[in-house]
Amino acid sequence: MTSELDIFVGNTTLIDEDMYRLWLDGYLVTNAVALRVRSGILEQMGSTAAVLQSDTMDRYRTFHMLERLLHAPPKLLHQLIFQILPSRQALLIERYYAFDEAFVREVLGKKLSKGTKKDLDDISTITGITLKSCRRQFDNFKRVFKVVEEMRGSLVDNIQQHFLLSDQLARDYAAIVFFANNRFETGKKKLQYLSFGDFAFSAELMIQNWTLGAVDSQMDDMHMDLDKEFLQDLKELKLLVADKDLLDLHKSLVCTALWGKLGVFSEMKANFKNLSRGLVNVATKLTHNKDVRDLFRRAVLPKSVFSVCPLPRWLPTPGPLGPLHGHPPWLPPAPLS
Amino acid sequence: MPGKLKVKIVAGRHLPVMDRASDLTDAFVEVKFGNTTFKTDVYLKSLNPQWNSEWFKFEVDDEDLQDEPLQITVLDHDTYSANDAIGKVYIDIDPLLYSEAATVISGWFPIYDTIHGIRGEINVVVKVDLFNDLNRFRQSSCGVKFFCTTSIPKCYRAVIIHGFVEELVVNEDPEYQWIDRIRTPRASNEARQRLISLMSGELQRKIGLKVLEMRGNAVVGYLQCFDLEGESGLVVRAIGTACTLDKLSSPAAFLPACNSPSKEMKEIPFNEDPNPNTHSSGPSTPLKNQTYSFSPSKSYSRQSSSSDTDLSLTPKTGMGSGSAGKEGGPFKALLRQQTQSALEQREFPFFTLTAFPPGFLVHVGGVVSARSVKLLDRIHNPDEPETRDAWWAEIRQEIKSHAKALGCHAVVGYSESTSICEEVCILSASGTAAVLNPRFLQDGTVEGCLEQRLEENLPTRCGFCHIPYDELNMPFPAHLTYCYNCRKQKVPDVLFTTIDLPTDATVIGKGCLIQARLCRLKKKAQAEANATAISNLLPFMEYEVHTQLMNKLKLKGMNALFGLRIQITVGENMLMGLASATGVYLAALPTPGGIQIAGKTPNDGSYEQHISHMQKKINDTIAKNKELYEINPPEISEEIIGSPIPEPRQRSRLLRSQSESSDEVTELDLSHGKKDAFVLEIDDTDAMEDVHSLLTDVPPPSGFYSCNTEIMPGINNWTSEIQMFTSVRVIRLSSLNLTNQALNKNFNDLCENLLKSLYFKLRSMIPCCLCHVNFTVSLPEDELIQVTVTAVAITFDKNQALQTTKTHVEKSLQRASTDNEELLQFPLELCSDSLPSHPLPPAKAVTVEKASPVGDGNFRNRSAPPCANSTVGVVKMTPLSFIPGAKITKYLGIINMFFIRETTSLREEGGVSGFLHAFIAEVFAMVRAHVAALGGNAVVSYIMKQCVFMENPNKNQAQCLINVSGDAVVFVRESDLEVVSTQQPTANCQSSCTEGEVTT
Repeated sequence: MTSELDIFVGNTTLIDEDMYRLWLDGYLVTNAVALRVRSGILEQMGSTAAVLQSDTMDRYRTFHMLERLLHAPPKLLHQLIFQILPSRQALLIERYYAFDEAFVREVLGKKLSKGTKKDLDDISTITGITLKSCRRQFDNFKRVFKVVEEMRGSLVDNIQQHFLLSDQLARDYAAIVFFANNRFETGKKKLQYLSFGDFAFSAELMIQNWTLGAVDSQMDDMHMDLDKEFLQDLKELKLLVADKDLLDLHKSLVCTALWGKLGVFSEMKANFKNLSRGLVNVATKLTHNKDVRDLFRRAVLPKSVFSVCPLPRWLPTPGPLGPLHGHPPWLPPAPLS
Repeated sequence: MPGKLKVKIVAGRHLPVMDRASDLTDAFVEVKFGNTTFKTDVYLKSLNPQWNSEWFKFEVDDEDLQDEPLQITVLDHDTYSANDAIGKVYIDIDPLLYSEAATVISGWFPIYDTIHGIRGEINVVVKVDLFNDLNRFRQSSCGVKFFCTTSIPKCYRAVIIHGFVEELVVNEDPEYQWIDRIRTPRASNEARQRLISLMSGELQRKIGLKVLEMRGNAVVGYLQCFDLEGESGLVVRAIGTACTLDKLSSPAAFLPACNSPSKEMKEIPFNEDPNPNTHSSGPSTPLKNQTYSFSPSKSYSRQSSSSDTDLSLTPKTGMGSGSAGKEGGPFKALLRQQTQSALEQREFPFFTLTAFPPGFLVHVGGVVSARSVKLLDRIHNPDEPETRDAWWAEIRQEIKSHAKALGCHAVVGYSESTSICEEVCILSASGTAAVLNPRFLQDGTVEGCLEQRLEENLPTRCGFCHIPYDELNMPFPAHLTYCYNCRKQKVPDVLFTTIDLPTDATVIGKGCLIQARLCRLKKKAQAEANATAISNLLPFMEYEVHTQLMNKLKLKGMNALFGLRIQITVGENMLMGLASATGVYLAALPTPGGIQIAGKTPNDGSYEQHISHMQKKINDTIAKNKELYEINPPEISEEIIGSPIPEPRQRSRLLRSQSESSDEVTELDLSHGKKDAFVLEIDDTDAMEDVHSLLTDVPPPSGFYSCNTEIMPGINNWTSEIQMFTSVRVIRLSSLNLTNQALNKNFNDLCENLLKSLYFKLRSMIPCCLCHVNFTVSLPEDELIQVTVTAVAITFDKNQALQTTKTHVEKSLQRASTDNEELLQFPLELCSDSLPSHPLPPAKAVTVEKASPVGDGNFRNRSAPPCANSTVGVVKMTPLSFIPGAKITKYLGIINMFFIRETTSLREEGGVSGFLHAFIAEVFAMVRAHVAALGGNAVVSYIMKQCVFMENPNKNQAQCLINVSGDAVVFVRESDLEVVSTQQPTANCQSSCTEGEVTT
């Protein structure tokens, strides 16, 4: 006696959170069944392994059918095939687009191409995340990237609108997309100590201040690309190190601004010249794409610059854009709050 | 020109990509009704086209309006080649044809293609202007309302229940026409879908005409079925019960203060536990009496129907009147005459209803059923479906005569079914023989129901158990005792019925689903020989199924079966029997005896030991079951009852017969001859197996109950959390071990595992009850068995359930036989329900509420502000006729849909499971979309009548046909179920608020 066909269809599609997690994590049916057996669920219900197997298969099939819709979350909301409570819909989407820290650190800044996809095997081995799950996460990144790539307006808003993600998750995706677009190098050994959160924070500031969209809200389709003109302008920051007066002025302005806001204030003050030189060095060389990609490595590299305080609190940030573009370039970077 | 149909195509969304180059679609829409077609403009390059078309107007006569579906086809425009079809939507416009139902159909419909499934959605608005007078209507039967619900719909009142209507139409199946060889599968499927849609429209119209002839205005318990006879054609047949219904005027007629309670009252008969055990007893009694005296209609009561119900009606079948009533002789005679004359007029005094207005059902005789094996021949003239008509007439005649033999003049809970394999067809009909109260059957007794209920000085809640036939001249050997409730009338020791448990029946403990499962191998044969072989097997199957049911019932410690449905399925090389019913312990019937096991060889010591071991196990199981289902009837000594107990023997309340094509009728007496029925003799290994199989049925895990009736006896306080589901399983038998035993075991395991899976799957709903569990067995191929289950899981409030049952059972039991006062509550509530326009003083409404014993369970939601439809877009589906915790305010019309889905890429769609899973989900979606477009938010009495699945894995192909129906309704929730997890707090606060109400 073999079961040829075995299905269960409810008027309301029930979502078992634990099962969903197992599925997202890429467990095969057999592994998932084994895990569930170990969880003692059978004893609770006085059930058999066959029942568990059937249930698992069935739920996996449902998730598989839902997956197509999850690729375009607004479809999930408007589709008629599965009647799912709104709270469950949100959960389905949020969990589907969630990613592993370990995974994102491997992929951040890489081109979301077929080539990278081929490396997922290795990433899976390194991170211990199943290949299936790696693929899902990678495809999510790529899908979001493709959709918002050419779009006008705020990156986060676009992502939220088209993928119905929570605010935090949308911000994370904005960072991922921004990094992928600008191909910032994040994989170097020296950068290993930085978490995804650190990069995401930097990305947010860069999107806010360094992109074309940030400069001119009329040109708001360029939230992903850095403002080339701005990068060119940064060359003139050389003055800040070359001219003694400007250096002092810069120092005093920065110190005033950061007074009381920084734990390592005295060290900063003592090393200001070195720090400033390091930063200006990084800033003036952002004219070539290759250098831009290397931004983080170089920004972290000079011991002199970042020995005081780790990224991202000391990332070179040009502050509110208005003043930077309208004023002489010697104006100091605005302090971070 | 009697009607103008207007259609507007608004927009589309989520269309599939039809042009690979641009990844877009150039869509346009064809709107077709009858022979007229309109087209929209092509909306270029969009997956979300906005056509916003003009109103397309079809001027048609109302006959077409009834028969034809509106057909909407979405196509992709192609300049150089033929336009590609994206998919279709069929809209049944019938709901727009009667005044009280929907006025407009407007909403998003899934665009369905028989090969690709749902491909996007389309927004359509449909209206109908009827400008003919009422007389014209009657020619076409427009305006007759149809309900799938097998009880009087909630917001209506039955003025007269006219009786049985049936009709059948036949046609050639397009799948088997010569043209099918040259057309695409899509064209063939669409031809079939369209034909069936047309045929069911025609059928409905014809039934409507019959109803008008009977002067009715509605069909209740409408059941339409398809017989796919293959080569020989396609039969669409329907049965139903013609009624004259009155719409209940809005309960707002009451003063606002008591508005809410009165609404609640309306729900009591349906939501409430029919078991009066749970009634709170103490303080309500005086109030009730007080309320009772308010009854304004009492003054003009003429006949006391209470005495009627006490009498055992002897029918005119010439059996004499041995058990004549002790009182009210003239009344009885009068009643009998009335009843008979009312029913005599009818060819078939059948009723497809399973639940009745109080007082309608007087006595119940038992299950009657008839089967007949027929050889299908080609239907040559579709306009003259005489052979099929004759077949059914024959069977119905048989049912009628069985009912007569049981001393009954009517059959209730009547249903018909077929099972077809190749050219052999088994026709089956079954129902419950009953004696009915004539008041509902005649004209001019509009207020009859109310009056009688009010005046009735306690309608015996045991009345329906009393035997309708003559004690001295019984149609079969039966064992009678005096009723354990009233001690006046005779009752049988077991009662089998096909109806729902009457709301006023006294039940002890809870009920449970009982199934008998059986397989019989059969030699493969052709035509006549095959039919004969099947005919020969049938009596044995019936006998065994019956024995199994009886044994399992005993094992559960119960004494009555409700909702009995026996399905016999024929396959190439086997017959399957599956009987499902809900077992209960009726307080009026005697306590069932245990099961004794006897060995054939008493001298063998070890064997003896084995037997006694088995016996012990059985006794333990019975004891355990009694505890599980809380069956603890009061001890009543035999002397008091004074029951003349003859030697115990099994009484069969089933009268059946099989007739084969030769019309040879054999009566089968299912009583077990001279043997003591409850003694199982173990004389061979077979018998051993049987006993073992009895013990293998595992009770549901704790927190779960199941039944196949509408509601579970012994559980009230349902919460509003419901989940309807369909589960399908197909197993392949290994052909090596095809013995009857192995088959039985496989089949048994299949059903048991399926149930286990359901329990596991729904564990998050505990405590919960699976209601209306409906199993369907089919044998699509030689070694395949397919079981389809549709049911609804309803969560109930455990704490309250425990309280009420534990505390009230004993109390009410003590008084069960003498004190009938509690019963008053029912009639009172019901009358306020059925006659809201009645000039009830506000004081009364309040009193009724106070008196209500069911407060805690039922008033749970009242405190919350009424806000309907907060969960926008959610459409509930349930096989039940009601929605727990909500009130149905409007019936929008019948939903009757037929879909075919076919695939030639089975593997790619996830194999058979993936294919069928997606299809069933799509069917649900289409039903929901149609209901939503009608303005409804639920489907009640939903049923999946057919799910025919065929596969050919070698060719990577599969095909499935599904037919579903139900009633689209609007319901209003008294409180909203936003978060399921807040059930508990709500429950607490409501009980306190109920108290508050009482003290005001």
